[in-house]
Amino acid sequence: MKRCLIVDDSRVIRRVASKIIQDLGFDVDEAENGRKALNAMTIRMPDLILVDWDMPVMDGIEFAQSMRKLPGGNKIVVIFCTTENDVPHIKQALDAGADEYIMKPFDSEIVRSKLVLLGMLG
Amino acid sequence: MSPEDFETAAQFLKERSGLVLTRDKTYLLENRLMPVVRELQLRSVSDLIAVVRGGAPELQTAMVDAMMAKDTGFFGDWKPFVHLRTVVLPNIRVSRGMKARFRILSAGVSTGQEAHSIAMTIRDVSSSFPGWQIEVVGIDISASAIAAASEGVYSQFDVQRGLPIRTLLQYFAKQDDNWVISDNVRSMVKFQPWNLLSNLYPLGRFDAIFCRNVLTYFDLKTKLEVLQKLARLLVDDGVLYLGINETISGVTSNFRAVDPAVGIYASHRADRPASMSLAVKVDL
Repeated sequence: MKRCLIVDDSRVIRRVASKIIQDLGFDVDEAENGRKALNAMTIRMPDLILVDWDMPVMDGIEFAQSMRKLPGGNKIVVIFCTTENDVPHIKQALDAGADEYIMKPFDSEIVRSKLVLLGMLG
Repeated sequence: MSPEDFETAAQFLKERSGLVLTRDKTYLLENRLMPVVRELQLRSVSDLIAVVRGGAPELQTAMVDAMMAKDTGFFGDWKPFVHLRTVVLPNIRVSRGMKARFRILSAGVSTGQEAHSIAMTIRDVSSSFPGWQIEVVGIDISASAIAAASEGVYSQFDVQRGLPIRTLLQYFAKQDDNWVISDNVRSMVKFQPWNLLSNLYPLGRFDAIFCRNVLTYFDLKTKLEVLQKLARLLVDDGVLYLGINETISGVTSNFRAVDPAVGIYASHRADRPASMSLAVKVDL
């Protein structure tokens, strides 16, 4: 089973996203900021990361840039999932290594649609 | 809703749009018509049906629009668009080189996502068609859906369904909370309100037809009639795209299966050399 790491400082968002991702057939790990996510990746590498932008300690951009430098980091699919929904922010996330971008608020259909586009769901 | 009201509504919708409703779809009828009931400040769906029974062309149209509204996304399933880009468009470039023109129909286009996806697919390879006259025609029974499609303005929710983020940045501009399709895509597409049960000849002929997840609304007889009409619109070596798992095997001999698993059919009149084969397996 594929594994997803959900990185968001909001417990509610992590819970909602976890439910959606689990229903799509993934195992899920959670982290509340970029630093904790990097630590989690030393224990277990995910296939997919869903990451928020604005978080304390380490934000999503710094996390994406750091995780891409890890061994195997380039093979992981990264989706930003954030309220930052203007064009400059989207471009900045893509430059930092995002594969896709979800603008909050989102629902299960949007997540499923993005994973189909990325070839992670049939 | 009484059985009489249901029968009245079902018969009216069948005559007007071809939509077939069986009694077990009463919930669907009520769910789809409740927004119309609220907008008109009526008390119930039965009241709406009573008004429609008495005439009221505008309300009849609103009722058909509400029932035929298609839950639609942009590329959605990618495979037809991969086939269009990698098989059909290269074939067209070779076979239509002298005329330098081609047309694609999106039938049941709803609010325009499919037609715009076709246009974006063509735009991606537009350098292969310098100076060509290219037209994408989107038709739908709902005039209100066609009006929305023509505006080309989509919500944040709409553009996140089936549209890759890089394609969004390439072909849309953000305007307040919405996203607006770019002029170079919009200019390729013409939207028209059109009922598939009516005469389709005035639309002209097409090199490819998308009619995905539309036939599912119809009974077998209506489905056959529509397929025969579409077959006459399609050029001899044209391609028909239906929805995934939407089979027409045994329904008509007008088309032959190319890749039925992803809903790709060819005109049965086609007699093309092997080098023009459309039977290319589509893998993502």
